[in-house]
Amino acid sequence: MHAPDGFINAPVSAAVGVVAAAAVAVSLRGARRELGSERAAPLAGLVAAFIFAVQMLNFPVAAGTSGHLLGGALAAILVGPYTGILCVSVVLLMQAVLFADGGLTALGVNITDMAIVTTVVAYALFRGLVKVLPRTRRSVTAASFVAALVSVPASAAVFTLVYAIGGTADVSIGKVATAMVGVHVLIGLGEAVITALTVGAVVAVRPDLVYGARGLGQRLKLRVNGELVDAPDTGQTGEPVPAAARSRRKVWAAGLVTSLLLAGFVSFYASANPDGLEKVATDHGIDEKAEEHAAAGSPFADYGVEDVDDARLSGGLAGVIGVGVTVVAGTGVFWLVRRRRGAETADTAAPSGTSV
Amino acid sequence: MDPVSTASLEVSGLAFAYPDGHQALFGVDFSIARGERVALLGPNGAGKTTLVLHLNGILTGGAGTVTVAGLEVGKRHMAEVRRRVGIVFQDPDDQLFMPTVREDVAFGPAAAGLRGPELEERVDRALGLVGMAEFKDRPPHHLSFGQRRRVAVATVLAMEPEILVLDEPSSNLDPASRRELADILRSLDVTVLMVTHDLPYALELCPRSLILSDGVIAADGATAGLLADDALMRAHRLELPYGFDPRSVPATPGRP
Amino acid sequence: MGAGHAHKLYRHGHSPVHALPPHTKLTAVFAFVLVVVSTPREAMWAFAVYAVLLALVAYAARVPAGFLLKRLLIEVPFVAFAVLLPFVAEGERVGVLGLSLSVNGLWGAWNVLAKGTLGVAASVLLASTTELRDLLMGLQRLRLPPLLVQIASFMVRYGDVITDEMRRMRIARESRGFEARGVRHWGVLAKSAGALFIRSYERGERVHLAMLSRGYAGSMPVIDEAAASRAQWSYALALPCAALVVCLLGWTL
Repeated sequence: MHAPDGFINAPVSAAVGVVAAAAVAVSLRGARRELGSERAAPLAGLVAAFIFAVQMLNFPVAAGTSGHLLGGALAAILVGPYTGILCVSVVLLMQAVLFADGGLTALGVNITDMAIVTTVVAYALFRGLVKVLPRTRRSVTAASFVAALVSVPASAAVFTLVYAIGGTADVSIGKVATAMVGVHVLIGLGEAVITALTVGAVVAVRPDLVYGARGLGQRLKLRVNGELVDAPDTGQTGEPVPAAARSRRKVWAAGLVTSLLLAGFVSFYASANPDGLEKVATDHGIDEKAEEHAAAGSPFADYGVEDVDDARLSGGLAGVIGVGVTVVAGTGVFWLVRRRRGAETADTAAPSGTSV
Repeated sequence: MDPVSTASLEVSGLAFAYPDGHQALFGVDFSIARGERVALLGPNGAGKTTLVLHLNGILTGGAGTVTVAGLEVGKRHMAEVRRRVGIVFQDPDDQLFMPTVREDVAFGPAAAGLRGPELEERVDRALGLVGMAEFKDRPPHHLSFGQRRRVAVATVLAMEPEILVLDEPSSNLDPASRRELADILRSLDVTVLMVTHDLPYALELCPRSLILSDGVIAADGATAGLLADDALMRAHRLELPYGFDPRSVPATPGRP
Repeated sequence: MGAGHAHKLYRHGHSPVHALPPHTKLTAVFAFVLVVVSTPREAMWAFAVYAVLLALVAYAARVPAGFLLKRLLIEVPFVAFAVLLPFVAEGERVGVLGLSLSVNGLWGAWNVLAKGTLGVAASVLLASTTELRDLLMGLQRLRLPPLLVQIASFMVRYGDVITDEMRRMRIARESRGFEARGVRHWGVLAKSAGALFIRSYERGERVHLAMLSRGYAGSMPVIDEAAASRAQWSYALALPCAALVVCLLGWTL
């Protein structure tokens, strides 16, 4: 849902706006790298138009209700995270300015929540999974499914976080969080199915157009004198040396496992202190004024969520948020390491994409 | 009578293969003089679009040369080449990518450095040539297909090109729009190379035709003569529309 | 979520508001909404004044009230949330018509409704008096990164084209007897979405070729430069300045 003006108070809207602007600025540079700086504008523009159009596609659920695609995960997988962020942000910007859909002051929140969080979480998960799973089309589809599935409640969680800090109504954060994240898990299911099927459809016809699947294409083989021989590497399929790929896969697998362990530890910590959480909840009081809640600091400070009566829910909620954050953080760290190692090869890669 | 010193377009030994290995051109040679109107005919898959994309340097990396008014097509003079060779693509929607007609027509000259009142003048003149002046501030998707085609031609004319290359200009046009476009093309003082399947259109507008087949120029001569040669037509999968007899059409008036 | 309301809001006209340079209007509306959002919710009179201010702008822009009110329907989704608030919020409760409602929730609902509605009204006034192309020029003038504005420009230009392609695909599907009725049909719809992506991307490549053919060298050529006079800025900023006065009064009174 596009948040309207007034949902989030002015200072928080402004702060989140700055964050969103910074992320978009970074994505502008990243998109030039992903698409090629000469082609970035028309390609990203057409993809944005595609996202805009496909958001209006009706996916019937039952008895007159239908679901819609948000497209952050889809964009990230098809054209890369930076371009994905740009495209969805542009769609949101134009919807706010042209169609009065979503508040102008809420743009920062809407962009952060629907463009940035979904694409980043989805892409991180997707690449992580794709490195670990066998290199088949089915893995790409499965990875897309999981990536999109997690991206939606992750965006809801971030929205709840923003609301916790700057929301203008005093609803218990626990209630908001569970409602939002709960509903969005369902929405995420729909998004996951649609995203996976769409990515599958594109991979079946033009796998070279799927940014997330680069390096996974079948090596071109030629039949020479009755024998199958590898075609000379045109540099377009990325990782040419199988050995290097295998060791990278080990790194990715280790990274993912570590992230999961960290997340598990976080969740364990959260649920290991149910008494602590209840104490925090009664200390802060369910019946205290909104200003005090906001001033009490981030709800994540104690790795639990304040104000949630049911400790299990609190722990579970923390776990979901924790997994999301640590997957992104952990994968991010490994990304940085890989990029530095692969810096030399990236410079000489074919124009069709960098070898990230 | 203009003293023609350099040919408008000279293609020499052009050969090209796509990265996937498919070779599309096997040595194409032809030359077009200034002011000529030439049709490029040929069956599907003959390499016509590939050839056209070589004329302004979008496709490179093969063998042979392309020279436009004495300037060789290559990295060194690319901006000037692209000003001199105006390609009108088949789908006007690909070519009209700005929010209004005026900006689309202004794009080419603005990219070449024109600004202010000179830019406006260029835009107005180009739109006047195609009869679309009153649509200046409209967004392209408010125009009919024929109107978009004409604006696409204007976007290229605004750069004052040496040679106008049209890819299937009459496709999807209703007969009235077809005639309007023909009138416009006849009125222009520019060399024209027209890729087309529309043989009557070629006969109407272009005194000379080239037949591209299997990546080479299979025939080069007067359009009327080529169309009347049944064996030649059949050999290259060219067919005349039902009931059309090229011999019954009077010779094209005006410049050869 | 993100279903996309694609009703174009622009109304052709020759009012003084239409004539203002777009970047002044963008600034004015954004500042106005920011002021509205910063106003304390208890100062209910302030919001009435804001509504009057917007009504004045609508009058100056010759935007009919009916048009404006109809477009306010876009905010329906968050009205539902606002209605829910008094029931789920915390804090002391008060009895209204036999229902126990939270006082804080009632205030919260008022806050969201008032500010959200004013925000939508301001946006609608902006969009209905400024042409698409001018809005993009205005954004560029306000120092939005040029690449971003170009992407937005292409998105707006080709949004209709792609939506049309989507519609034609749907007609083709239905002509072959396919009717999407439930989740089990999503596979077919997703294939259409996939095909649409490929077509859109390939069109992007062709647009790039067309741009190259007209001399594009990596950055969009400058075609227009719009400057605003002091008078125009004062006229535009009258709205947010008046609102600011109201807001400050709202805080101090």
